[in-house]
Amino acid sequence: MATALQILAPDGSVVGETPGLPDAELKDLFVSMMRIRCMDGRMLKLQRAGRIGFVGTATGLEATLVGAAAPLRRADWLWSGLREGGAAVTRGLPLSEYIAQMYCNANDTAKGRQMCNHFQHKATNYPSWSSVIGTQIPHGVGAAFASKRRGDDVVHAIHFGDGATSSNGFHSGMNFAAVWKVPAVFVCTDNGWAISVASSAQTAAESFAVKAKAYGMPGRDVDGNDVLACRQAMAEAIDAARAGDGPSLIVLKTYRMLGHSSSDDPTKYRSDDEVAMWAARDPIARYERFLIERGILSEGDRASIEKDLLTEIDAVIHEQEAAAPMALKTLVEDVYAEVPYHLRRQYNDFISVAEKLGHAQPGDGAFPL
Amino acid sequence: MTTMTILEAVTNALDYEMSRDDRVLCLGEDVGLNGGVFRATQGLTEKFGEERCFDTPLSECGIIGTAIGMAMYGLRPVPEIQFMDFIYPAFDQIVSEAAKMRYRSGGEYTCPMVIRTPYGGGIRGGLYHSQSGEAYFAHTAGLKVVIPSTPHDAKGLLIASIQDPDPVLFMEPKALYRAIKGEVPEGEYTVDLSTLRTVREGRDVTIYCYGAMVPVVEKAAQQAKEQRGIDCLVIDLRTLLPLDEEGVIEAAKQTGRVVVVHEAPRFCGYGAEISAIIAENCIEYMEAPVKRVTGFDTPFPNTLEHHYLPDDRRVLDAIEAVYDF
Ligand SMILES: Cc1ncc(C[n+]2csc(CCOP(=O)(O)OP(=O)(O)O)c2C)c(N)n1
Ligand SMILES: [Mg+2]
Repeated sequence: MATALQILAPDGSVVGETPGLPDAELKDLFVSMMRIRCMDGRMLKLQRAGRIGFVGTATGLEATLVGAAAPLRRADWLWSGLREGGAAVTRGLPLSEYIAQMYCNANDTAKGRQMCNHFQHKATNYPSWSSVIGTQIPHGVGAAFASKRRGDDVVHAIHFGDGATSSNGFHSGMNFAAVWKVPAVFVCTDNGWAISVASSAQTAAESFAVKAKAYGMPGRDVDGNDVLACRQAMAEAIDAARAGDGPSLIVLKTYRMLGHSSSDDPTKYRSDDEVAMWAARDPIARYERFLIERGILSEGDRASIEKDLLTEIDAVIHEQEAAAPMALKTLVEDVYAEVPYHLRRQYNDFISVAEKLGHAQPGDGAFPL
Repeated sequence: MTTMTILEAVTNALDYEMSRDDRVLCLGEDVGLNGGVFRATQGLTEKFGEERCFDTPLSECGIIGTAIGMAMYGLRPVPEIQFMDFIYPAFDQIVSEAAKMRYRSGGEYTCPMVIRTPYGGGIRGGLYHSQSGEAYFAHTAGLKVVIPSTPHDAKGLLIASIQDPDPVLFMEPKALYRAIKGEVPEGEYTVDLSTLRTVREGRDVTIYCYGAMVPVVEKAAQQAKEQRGIDCLVIDLRTLLPLDEEGVIEAAKQTGRVVVVHEAPRFCGYGAEISAIIAENCIEYMEAPVKRVTGFDTPFPNTLEHHYLPDDRRVLDAIEAVYDF
């Protein structure tokens, strides 16, 4: 990591050039990181209590999410890997929609159709993502092609994990992007693991960043636990893309502190020493020390920020517990723009049984054939 | 009206839609100045520029994956897969992404695009230039699967597909590309998706077919009439998904005797679905078991492809078998 971009050392001391941001903006980065950590904590509690089915956490990755999201404009698009929900919240995905999605309830904009953690937010250009690793990479490239054609000044941030660098989507996406010279930034979050496979087992290349060279674009290693470095690298890559200089790859080196998901036991495949080593480089503690040194935060502020965030999150959780039941017609709607004959028939057969069993609500009735 | 081949009708439809709507663009391998290996995009780069009709790197995953992003961003891409045999690297993008985008996003994101691809045998292309992969895709909710069999339908269905709000797999019967000519109206017209076409009226035997099998079935039906006086009702399904189920059921009831013909393998093939629909909806009308005439459940052969592909003699034999049952 000697060559990785770093602005703050793990102890919070300044080793690079800090950005000329106003104090309030520097503090916002901290609050955004804290929000992600608080959300993770609450979601894990809800999962253990059986209120929601599954959580994929971002604990340890907060600097990558906030740092990479902060320099994006509202009109820019963020194409998600697995763990970018917190980046979307930072850009404006409302907590209520986030939590409705975790409950997969009737308030969810995707109508409860996706498993937990699969967020979307049209207003801030955060498209729906699938669970299939790497498929979003060419989507972002195609959309960036469309932006270039339209001349609309929009940049596409395309996120994915270290595991995804081995996927078909990575190769074709990187290749097409460079050939077409589109306004895209590839953001690889190397969090050390793809479930139980270490990132060192994904490639024989000396780093993920050097792969960019073979595609004909710049690649850069960044300390992913340093929010200012992530922000800086991302801002420079976005500026280049927006200026018409084409795509680039940034690799944010960090560590997934918890299991792959709430269903995973990471003690089976990694050592406590490794986890402890990364705990000492915690991105939030590092940035907190910097802000205290700068006089932007004081000792004790973190606790009160955390308390406020948890109060806000708990109120939204409370609200989402009371969602209406899901309309049964959502079973067959949105497959096509209009519900075709065979689906209307399948639904009508189903609803006549559901009505007999008393499972149907008003409005769930049959389609005209 | 002008007379043209299916290939010319495809080009004509693309030309028409690209003129009408500047969001429409063609991309794929060799579709630019070369005009595609079958020449379906001939002249489009010259007319609309490289911005609108262009070559891509050689990756079907990349072609379809990027076309999905273009569609999500408001363009109307018409990617070409050079031969349907090479669509499988893009299978994931088509099945997991394009087909599911509307549903999984609750309608917030959609994927209006048309994947054009030549399919089927009869050109001595062996295993990898001959396959009919419709069953894989007809099993995919969210996708539309369209196969024309005449120049008129090729243009009308392709225009309807490009204007459709959902992703369409448009399979072009390459054996017919230049084999038949037909009348094609000038300018815009559409043939509604999910409507079947009655090719020939008849009251004795119903035959369902599509794509390159339609002329084969027409020939067999003519022979059945001449040799045995059997009147065949020939149905060109045209859209396999979503299927005109009501039309299929109605046609089976009219004769009570059914033959289904396709060149793809039989097991879990499209004919199995037609047979099941008839079994579920028309059993009391049936006078004979359904008979399927299909390719073998083998990879596609080369030297013996004329024996693999259903021909008029095999179809005629099936017509007689259900008629005489
Ligand atoms: C194509 C595909 N194969 C396998 C999986 C199962 N799977 C889900 S996440 C994951 C690991 C992903 O690792 P990485 O890209 O590093 O992302 P991270 O989980 O670390 O954020 C795997 C194997 C999948 N979702 N998609
Ligand atoms: Mg990883």
